[in-house]
Amino acid sequence: MDIETFFQNQNNKKQLKILTCGSVDDGKSTLIGRLLFDSKNIYSDQLSQTEIESEKYGTQGKQIDLALLIDGLQAEREQGITIDVAYRYFETKKCKFIIADTPGHEEYTRNMVTGASNSDVGIILVDATKGILDQTKRHTFILSLLGIENIIVAVNKMDLINYDEKKFKDIIASFKNFAGEFNFNLQKFIPISALVGDNVFQKNKNISWYNGKSLIDELEEISLKDTLEEEIFSLPVQFVNRLSSEFRGYSGTITSGKIKVNDEVHVFSSKEKIKIIKILTPKGESDFAVKGQAVTLTLDKEVDISRGDLLCSVKNHNYFLSDQFASHIIWMNKEQMIPERNYIFKFINFQTIGKITDLVHKININSFEKIASKFLNLNEIGYAKVALNKNTIFNPYKNNKKLGSFVIIDQFNNQTVGAGVIEHELRRASNISWHQMSINKNLRSSINGQKPCVLWFTGLSGSGKSTIANIIEQKLHKLEKHTYLLDGDNVRHGLNKDLGFTNVDRVENIRRISEVSRLMVDAGLITIVSFISPFKSERKMARELVESDEFIEIYVDTSIEECEKRDPKGLYKKARSGKLKNFTGIDSNYEIPSSPEIILETKTKSAEELADEVILYLKQDNKI
Amino acid sequence: MKLSHIDKLESESIHIIREVASEFDNPVMLYSIGKDSSVMLHLAQKAFYPNKIPFKLMHIDTTWKFKEMINFRDETAKKYNLDLLVHINQEGLRNNINPISSGSKIHTDVMKTQSLIQALDKYKFDAAFGGARRDEEKSRAKERIFSFRDKKHRWDPKNQKPELWNLFNTNIDKDESVRVFPLSNWTEIDIWQYIYQENIPLVPLYFSKIRSVIRRNDMMIMVDDDRLKINENEKIEQKKVRFRTLGCYPLTAAVESDATTVEEIIIELLESKYSERQGRLIDNDQIGSMEKKKQEGYF
Repeated sequence: MDIETFFQNQNNKKQLKILTCGSVDDGKSTLIGRLLFDSKNIYSDQLSQTEIESEKYGTQGKQIDLALLIDGLQAEREQGITIDVAYRYFETKKCKFIIADTPGHEEYTRNMVTGASNSDVGIILVDATKGILDQTKRHTFILSLLGIENIIVAVNKMDLINYDEKKFKDIIASFKNFAGEFNFNLQKFIPISALVGDNVFQKNKNISWYNGKSLIDELEEISLKDTLEEEIFSLPVQFVNRLSSEFRGYSGTITSGKIKVNDEVHVFSSKEKIKIIKILTPKGESDFAVKGQAVTLTLDKEVDISRGDLLCSVKNHNYFLSDQFASHIIWMNKEQMIPERNYIFKFINFQTIGKITDLVHKININSFEKIASKFLNLNEIGYAKVALNKNTIFNPYKNNKKLGSFVIIDQFNNQTVGAGVIEHELRRASNISWHQMSINKNLRSSINGQKPCVLWFTGLSGSGKSTIANIIEQKLHKLEKHTYLLDGDNVRHGLNKDLGFTNVDRVENIRRISEVSRLMVDAGLITIVSFISPFKSERKMARELVESDEFIEIYVDTSIEECEKRDPKGLYKKARSGKLKNFTGIDSNYEIPSSPEIILETKTKSAEELADEVILYLKQDNKI
Repeated sequence: MKLSHIDKLESESIHIIREVASEFDNPVMLYSIGKDSSVMLHLAQKAFYPNKIPFKLMHIDTTWKFKEMINFRDETAKKYNLDLLVHINQEGLRNNINPISSGSKIHTDVMKTQSLIQALDKYKFDAAFGGARRDEEKSRAKERIFSFRDKKHRWDPKNQKPELWNLFNTNIDKDESVRVFPLSNWTEIDIWQYIYQENIPLVPLYFSKIRSVIRRNDMMIMVDDDRLKINENEKIEQKKVRFRTLGCYPLTAAVESDATTVEEIIIELLESKYSERQGRLIDNDQIGSMEKKKQEGYF
């Protein structure tokens, strides 16, 4: 073969990203091993390495264990399970495949979601000896949620049921029975044996009653279609290239449609119209560019465009600029999702702080039932409303996956804790606007001769917060300052009497108090807040509601042993005996502030002395 | 117009490189002089064209690289006016750590892994590009494109962040970092095809010619300088050989070959039965050795 023909063939090959999913022991790794082996994409040294490992870890007796070609990490080799997503590569005469191997264990749903987000086709493996399981339903649901339109149901281990046609048909029937509502574009059923190789590459006479194609033939024939929406040009600006003074261009990957030189496009945020002058593609300067290409554009005029903006067709489209939307959310972290807690939301070219305001329902992914819930646990999927601190540009996921997806990141440990697909915009934000009143905070506080602020006391129950806060208020009162003291216990008698002590309720408790203290600061008051407020996240939220110099975090540093010894309300005793649940310091966590403005050491000083320290701070800070 | 498989890979890599330039304060591109690094450098130049690459390149020099590699490195830096740093673990040098008497494990650990960590600490880089591909080795197949490293540069395979769509979590704390692999989805044949199509210059060692070699541990080792002591039972032979992968010369096996052009290499590769990492002694120390090295901070 000459090299040019080879390249031509290579360039004509399409790329297909496939995901294999199925439950534990359905034979996913064996199937992928088989695909690599039969397509001759394994080199002999890799094979001999696998032979060595087969003797050590293999489950196929003397035979080579194809699954061991695939399982990469040592821990999972020893346990015989896949713990992560692995990407594998093989090619046939017509197609280049990128295959994501994802685990079947229930606790690893997040990895399957990860694999599915990067795939075009899903292969759902069903063990012929077991039939449809809960996991099969779960995987089908996730594929549908992530917008995968082509699925192949491969009924594996047909050799173990003597290639029984009736059993195969029963499995198809029960699959169709539950999957009917998902509306996959393409849905095929193939009886296979990955171990023996039946119907993977070759059709096999063992299954003469099966008239369809082999798995690989079926995959090669899949053609991926763009939705109508995907034909309209859009480019999220990723990088502004002005690395030298002579050149200014806007770089990013085209997420839909195509663009030509001289086309007129919108800068979405400002609605300004601009004309495309030059298109720099990876192949050099070009008259046009299409979806999927990473390009740099130069424009006919200098406009204000930055990372986070969207360049898009002037024609009809369905993009939104909003700070609120409804979306499905997949939770991927051990620490549960809590409504009203601030998280980082990352979109294709933009990230901002936001929160899940309402969990409308969560979904039982085995029965697809909608269930009322306040929070999501690891691997749970829910439907929720999201509110962001800043406007972002998006498009519902079904129209454009790249502009309709986001991940949720914990703002303290930077873990990716969740992922979401946007369903639709919520209009509430744009309908309620903020009225500017004539009398403002500065005018109000100036007659009081003070600068308003929040003195936020945090610490364990019994640490002395309320005692010190009370003395401070008396001292300020003597100085003729206007104050108000919000006390945790007192507020729970009224405003927050509907809240309990679960993590979700604690977060809501602090959210309301943060909002109330913001109003009081706006009213010009020195606001004293005395709440356990155990979580960093909510203290940060409270801090961010007011101006940066208006929030004074005061950590009342008393050890748990000391608090327990004092136990003024007998609460520690109750908690220790199990009569009181979710008690901070006992069976609920207290996160010590990392950089409070003031730390009050109660061990060595009296409450009176500590109160004076705070008063001194206020004077030095020109608050009073 | 339909994009080919290679076109898609090319744009995907450029997207990743631009994302790092946008989101990190002080990125660096690890440049190992090999073919994958050459492709990565080529893609970075495209990503910021017509301007220069907005970050530094860095080579971790073990002092045991082939002479031709070092020449090629310096020529490339000059030709493209690159901002290239070269880091050598001076302490390792003082302790005479070398691949021959110290053994491959200690040499790799001190002169590559430890040296890399020293350099990352010294320059306080928050993101480091590497040219690794997932098809190279099994534990690489599970690596993220943006792979998080803690303050001590360690990789924890059980604590990887899920990577969905092409949304990359670039949030890190002070002194933490990420390793970024823009070539994750490329295969060996893709790399060679791209080198051919784009006419990317390579170190001549990839192409076959008569070279002085000895046989040791069933491998052909090139005699690149007189630091390689020839044992009594060994003799220097003149063989027509080339290298499928480049590293420290005493640890990198040559293969007999007639391939003197990229086309011939591709044809050879298509007929070949051996994967490229087989030429590297370090992988075979023990089962799962790559995974262990990665946890310690190796690329």
